[in-house]
Amino acid sequence: MTYIPISPTERDAMLKTVGVKSLDDLFDAVPQKHRFPELDLPPALTEMEAASLLNEMATTNENVREHLISFLGAGAYNHYIPSVVDHILRRGEFYTAYTPYQPEISQGTLQAIFEYQSLMTNLTGMEVSNASHYDGATAAAEAVSLAFAQFRGKRKKIVLSPSLHPQYREVITTYSQGMGLEQAGKDADLEGGADALTSLIDENTALVIVQYPDFFGRIYDYTKLVEAAHAKGALVCIVANPTAMVMLKTPAEMGADVVVGEAQPFGIPLWYGGPYLGFFTTKKSYVHKMAGRLIGETVDNRGQRSYVLTLTAREQHIKRERATSNICSNQGLLALASAVYMSTLGKTGLSQVANLCYQKAHYAASELSKIDGFGLCFSDPFFHEFVLCCPKPASEVNDYLLEHGILGGYDLGKDYPALENHILMAFTEMNSKQEIDTLVEVLKEME
Amino acid sequence: MNVPSNLKYTKSDEWFDPASGAMGITDFAQSQLSDIVFVELLVEEGDEVTVGKAIASVESVKASAEIYASAAGKVTAVNKGLADKPETLNSDPFGEGWMVKVEGGAAGEVMDAAAYEADCAGRAH
Amino acid sequence: MATIVEPTIFELSSPGRLGVTMPASDVPQTDLPDKNLLRSELPLPELAEVDVVRHYTKLSKFNYSVDDGFYPLGSCTMKYNPKINEDTCRLPGFLYTHPLQPIETVQGNLVLMYELQEWLKEISGFAGVTLQPAAGAHGEFTGVLMMAAYHKSRGDAKRTKMLIPDAAHGTNPASAGMLGFSVVTIPSDERGNVDLKALAAACDDTVVGMMVTNPNTLGMFDEHIEEVIKLVKDCGGLMYGDGANLNALLGIVRPGDLGFDVMHFNLHKTFSVPHGGGGPGSGPVGVSERLLDFLPSPLVDIVEDGDDVMEPLYGFVTPKKSIGRMKAFHGHFGGGLVRAYTYIAMHGPEGLKDISQYAVLNANYLQAKLRGTYTIPYDRICMHEFVAEGRFEGSDIRALDIAKRLMDYKFHPPTNYFPLIVHEALMIEPTETENKDTLDRFADALIKIAEEAKTNPDLLHNAPHTTPFGRMDEVKAARELVLCCWLPENYESLT
Repeated sequence: MTYIPISPTERDAMLKTVGVKSLDDLFDAVPQKHRFPELDLPPALTEMEAASLLNEMATTNENVREHLISFLGAGAYNHYIPSVVDHILRRGEFYTAYTPYQPEISQGTLQAIFEYQSLMTNLTGMEVSNASHYDGATAAAEAVSLAFAQFRGKRKKIVLSPSLHPQYREVITTYSQGMGLEQAGKDADLEGGADALTSLIDENTALVIVQYPDFFGRIYDYTKLVEAAHAKGALVCIVANPTAMVMLKTPAEMGADVVVGEAQPFGIPLWYGGPYLGFFTTKKSYVHKMAGRLIGETVDNRGQRSYVLTLTAREQHIKRERATSNICSNQGLLALASAVYMSTLGKTGLSQVANLCYQKAHYAASELSKIDGFGLCFSDPFFHEFVLCCPKPASEVNDYLLEHGILGGYDLGKDYPALENHILMAFTEMNSKQEIDTLVEVLKEME
Repeated sequence: MNVPSNLKYTKSDEWFDPASGAMGITDFAQSQLSDIVFVELLVEEGDEVTVGKAIASVESVKASAEIYASAAGKVTAVNKGLADKPETLNSDPFGEGWMVKVEGGAAGEVMDAAAYEADCAGRAH
Repeated sequence: MATIVEPTIFELSSPGRLGVTMPASDVPQTDLPDKNLLRSELPLPELAEVDVVRHYTKLSKFNYSVDDGFYPLGSCTMKYNPKINEDTCRLPGFLYTHPLQPIETVQGNLVLMYELQEWLKEISGFAGVTLQPAAGAHGEFTGVLMMAAYHKSRGDAKRTKMLIPDAAHGTNPASAGMLGFSVVTIPSDERGNVDLKALAAACDDTVVGMMVTNPNTLGMFDEHIEEVIKLVKDCGGLMYGDGANLNALLGIVRPGDLGFDVMHFNLHKTFSVPHGGGGPGSGPVGVSERLLDFLPSPLVDIVEDGDDVMEPLYGFVTPKKSIGRMKAFHGHFGGGLVRAYTYIAMHGPEGLKDISQYAVLNANYLQAKLRGTYTIPYDRICMHEFVAEGRFEGSDIRALDIAKRLMDYKFHPPTNYFPLIVHEALMIEPTETENKDTLDRFADALIKIAEEAKTNPDLLHNAPHTTPFGRMDEVKAARELVLCCWLPENYESLT
């Protein structure tokens, strides 16, 4: 298959205009001994063959809509995506456009992302949102860069909650290796509640990161923690779940300086882990230290309200080695997806989604804790995930569930040795009562 | 182009007033940067600065620049008002647009107005 | 007051309107958490589905896209995005698999990732590939982290200098800056190659490595690339290749064979993943033998060998001295990797070589047509793109004016003002998916514009004229910083 729309006759005419005899003659600058390697790749397929091959690969998987009942979350959630979302995404005008550098012919992308920014600030309660990051984990890592830049490198410590997503912690560690930062909090008491980190915050602390609801699904009001951090001059970043924020007190009300998170639950398929959508919101006073694209309102020379990329001088293509981040692209199309998701469900639909998540999780929790040997690990309020304590190692429970067509939860023993027999279970509007009852029945029969 | 004769200048387009100890960016610099939208002063009163230390960061619609100290000394005043009115750097770079005042220090490698004017002429094209 | 062409989604909201709603709960009701833990209001829009569809359809029509027409944005490789990719990446088996599922249940995904790693290795001549980075800049950061880790593992702590040519993309110095390296800029010579003398002078035992885009942003394949690499390697540095311009090299030359140690791929440029109005991209990274152990975790590998009866089992492994995790989960699987896999599978070795040959032919053809009307400062056979000067002797017309005027001719402008080493640069990358007629019409438009620059310069100064929007007040946007909007009823309390 080829997508090259040039006939042999046209090619020859073009070569003549260029002044060379053959296509190969265009590559004289390439060292001869390495020129035109034979690539050992499978022969080309037609579209029909490729469609069939990919279909075959996809059907080798067991997916959570057709094969498995899933209670797996831990940072990626199986939510219903209204049909309209993909219909909008499939418009070539959106998905085959580049970054909107030419605002006169990019107002579609620009207004859509401006609206995405607005939806995120209204959801989090924060003052500004950028045009998005790669995912929630990298957004959290960029929060560290913001704090590092805000204190001009003088504060050398970050405090990370022990109930921050373990992969987010790993990414922050990878990202910050050039900054010489000390990390604290990993061994803090898992049952210490919202204030477990307070004693770790000092005058050298640049940033405190907590998760909301935390990795174990627990809901904490971080207001006092934020006050304690601010008293030491430190910033606080809250990593928040967007579905939970529909129902819960906003991180802005708690005084957070930065609110980031993974917006995959808002209209983006599980897609085996990506691409997802990292959102990043903060206070207006930190906007110049914030990485990523930013869209602002203006007018054009005809007096029409319009939108442009703004404060671009913060970014890598101008600031080069002095930039806070090297980020260049954003997740534009997925920001659009989440904007369409939020608009289509609207205030009512989103509230229904959040409520269903909450109700299903609480029903499941109540039924599961009735089974001998099982119980809830923590007693704090939770949203749509909770830690289930099992009578056996989590891996054995999950293997057993899988034999019954059930994708169990996240095995916490991998990251928390003390929680070897514990599974993080997630529930969304996609889990029917019948599925939950099946889970309970199957676990009851576990030997 | 405005180049007051009582000031000293650096090759990187900062000015220094030996009489008052004030420093800032030149008219040539502001015109090259065009519309300035953000100024962050990187030093505080009481800081010791050395020649070449970054004292401010400036962003315009199209460009960004670090501003370096053209003289060493102890910072006696910073122009806090700039943060809210960065456009002052465009309208009055040698007056209201001063950035930092130092005392007790010596200027680094600086030129007089005539030499600076010639230097700018050489760079403009 | 500015005229409103299309209201925002917030302005379109009307209290009580319903869009998509959810089924009633089928489980016994549980009380919500304590009121102190709940939000007091949810200031989000309320619309019907038809309102949403019309709004976004209208917005989409304000965009210019590859599906609309020619998009010769230099260094961005705005090629046609095959429609089949949009179907394969949405197969239910890909859409609905969770990143943390047991590997036994996602062998289809893992085989795809494994084969794509192998294919990218073969195409580039590298010993290993990670698919994890989310975009080009993210891949670059991954590469620079590996370079730093390599030197550190050898106890070589004095290396702090990154050499970067003056024609480089801004992400290169920014990536180096993220690790605190100092950047030494290496000038280009008069043929658009790296200046070997300047490079030799900068090479010493404090060099981390060099970040080179080849072909560079002038569209020139460096005629001394082997000498460049030798100089850097002789002083103990590593060679980083910016793969942004790989569309010129498929089946032409493998960067690994030339001696590069690390390179990122832009699947959204070279391998037809659509740009999506700014992302998501996908930026896998290839490395030479000596950097293999430093690759980010996890990589896909065969974890249990197969035999006559059993297929091998694919899973994840962590390299010995891995720099760590670059993002949550495994990379841009659905949106990036599946599309790129589909594209490579449909091209095969000859098809890939055709891509680069025709990309280079198209660029040279346009260059030949414009020569004489526009100054081409580095005028030799170019690769997949070339740079012309957007200015004329004795005229105040600038590259920006030409770019804006091109919109009136229904073309997307080239990249302008980059690379920085060309005055009023117009950087033109036609890609291989454009036909001769399109290229002819584009060249004619640019020649006509050059004429207009003489006869009616105001036509250019005030362009575009025929687009739905005119030039924007960027100063107003930056000074006033209106970065979000609210529901009309909330404006008073919030503004």
